[in-house]
Amino acid sequence: MTVLNSILFYFLAALAIGSALLMVTRRNIVHAAIFLLAALLATAGIFLQLQADFLFIVQIFLFAGGIMALFVFAIMLVRPGIPSQPPRFTRQRFVATILTLILAAQVFFAVVLGSGSLRLAARSVDIAPKNTEAVGDALFRQFIVPFEIASILLLLAMIGAVVISRRNRDAFD
Amino acid sequence: MAENSSTTDKATEPDSTPELESTILEPPGPENPHTATRSELSEFFRVLLHAGRPSFDVVRHLFNDDVTNDHVTASPVIFHLTWLMGFVMALVAFSVLPVGPAFQITDLNIGLLFVLGISSLGIYGIFLRGAGSLREAAGFISCATAIALALLGALLLSGSLSMKEIVQAQLDQGQWFIFYVPVSFVIYFFSSMVAADRAALDGPDAGSESVGAQMAKYGILRGAIQALPEYANVAVLAGIGTTVFLGGWLRPLASYHDRFPDTSVELLDVLPAIAAGALALYCFRLAPKQDTRKNRIALFSSAGSCVIAALLLAASLFWRDSVMQGLHGAFWFVAKVGANIYCFHWIRFRFLHSEFDRFMRLQWRILIPTACINLLMAAVAIVTSQNTGLPMRFTTIVSTAATLGVAFWLALHRTPKPSMQAADAE
Repeated sequence: MTVLNSILFYFLAALAIGSALLMVTRRNIVHAAIFLLAALLATAGIFLQLQADFLFIVQIFLFAGGIMALFVFAIMLVRPGIPSQPPRFTRQRFVATILTLILAAQVFFAVVLGSGSLRLAARSVDIAPKNTEAVGDALFRQFIVPFEIASILLLLAMIGAVVISRRNRDAFD
Repeated sequence: MAENSSTTDKATEPDSTPELESTILEPPGPENPHTATRSELSEFFRVLLHAGRPSFDVVRHLFNDDVTNDHVTASPVIFHLTWLMGFVMALVAFSVLPVGPAFQITDLNIGLLFVLGISSLGIYGIFLRGAGSLREAAGFISCATAIALALLGALLLSGSLSMKEIVQAQLDQGQWFIFYVPVSFVIYFFSSMVAADRAALDGPDAGSESVGAQMAKYGILRGAIQALPEYANVAVLAGIGTTVFLGGWLRPLASYHDRFPDTSVELLDVLPAIAAGALALYCFRLAPKQDTRKNRIALFSSAGSCVIAALLLAASLFWRDSVMQGLHGAFWFVAKVGANIYCFHWIRFRFLHSEFDRFMRLQWRILIPTACINLLMAAVAIVTSQNTGLPMRFTTIVSTAATLGVAFWLALHRTPKPSMQAADAE
């Protein structure tokens, strides 16, 4: 069972990383969006393997179903009629190298420093039935203040986006 | 003279054919479809051939070419992903629908979210199709919002996402949730009609006024496979509505347990058998009035299957309890889903389909705000009855009245929309 589990994990992980790479390198923006979708779904599969049912379905429902759908929306609205040969990348190698090095250093230090504490606790037999309740409890009891602050921030961002788009439209009239 | 003989031959032909065909006991080919009389056996084979025709057609269309525009350089992967996506997702969504306590493929504790999430993935089928998909997707998202908000009203009552436990909660509370949150059900019903692209509210696809991309771009079979999820979605959405609002597999008056004297058979459990028997009787009476033999045979066979169903349902009353529960649960679930789908089509045949902007206005200005208010009111009603001990019936009636008041206010106070028109004029 554990062997099967790890095979499944490596498959999903490879799928996620592979499609994330392809997402960055594809020229066709719709193809990139589809690979992003594949990466999100593979991550959802990993969540499911960890018995995090609720996170699994939220990943599918919100990210794959909602946010990605909005991405595709944006792609279609911004660029109706995707050209078969989109423009090449702007290669800012210098900035990219620095950012990549910083990120790599972060990951490296996290792994080195936390190698003792990063180990996952052994899974209890069946944590799935309490999943939704546990998430709700964490969000609305333990972390209610950060949660509310984040929701107000998102609301402000939404209203701001509406206001900005309306102002532009008024300028057109 | 020769001409004369040929005309007499033609005239006598109908008389000569019965003897000819009675000697040949094989189904006649398509070479003489209009002979006046036939032996019963050959007629039977002919009807069978006709009945099998759709399946022959499927095999034939399997080998049709797709219509692709080579100069657009359609990507083959996306091309095939499109029809697979909607199809697979629609069928996967069936896996958690509880058709009776015995017939459910799997009971996830996130069942309801699973169905919604999986069917929200089906939207990629629409997206990747191309033509007109932006409009479809916009309609889909707006009705998915209303559906989620409406379902939340019932989830407050059930306290669980598992489909089985939602039905169990309705059994325990002695009331289908439609009676506690009727506004939620109405919003769910109309939004699911939009989501399933049924006419009258078929804004997203507008199948009655336009040719969908799936028909224009794909060969017949792949086009049909893309039309299939629409019907699968109708069944799935009706199934969700039945499970969440209409008590799933529960019998009407599920808490009424009076029995026939000296037996363990409950009074109301004979209803399914009687209903199936009545349907059989109806088909039997209708069958002789049909003018074509094909219709007669179809009606007779459906009457026969209704008789079998009635016998099964009646016999199960005296079997083990689990068998009885399973069969009768399946009957009630299917009957409720059928009634739901019937209402979809009723509305479809009765009303003309509405314009896209009109139904978007209905969604965003009336249904979604009403769903929000309804959710708040339902929560208030539940908390009130928990804290004060008032019966849920009373508090939910008050909250429903308040919600309806808000809905009417929304419907009557149409905000002026100069900016919208200006935007349209651009």
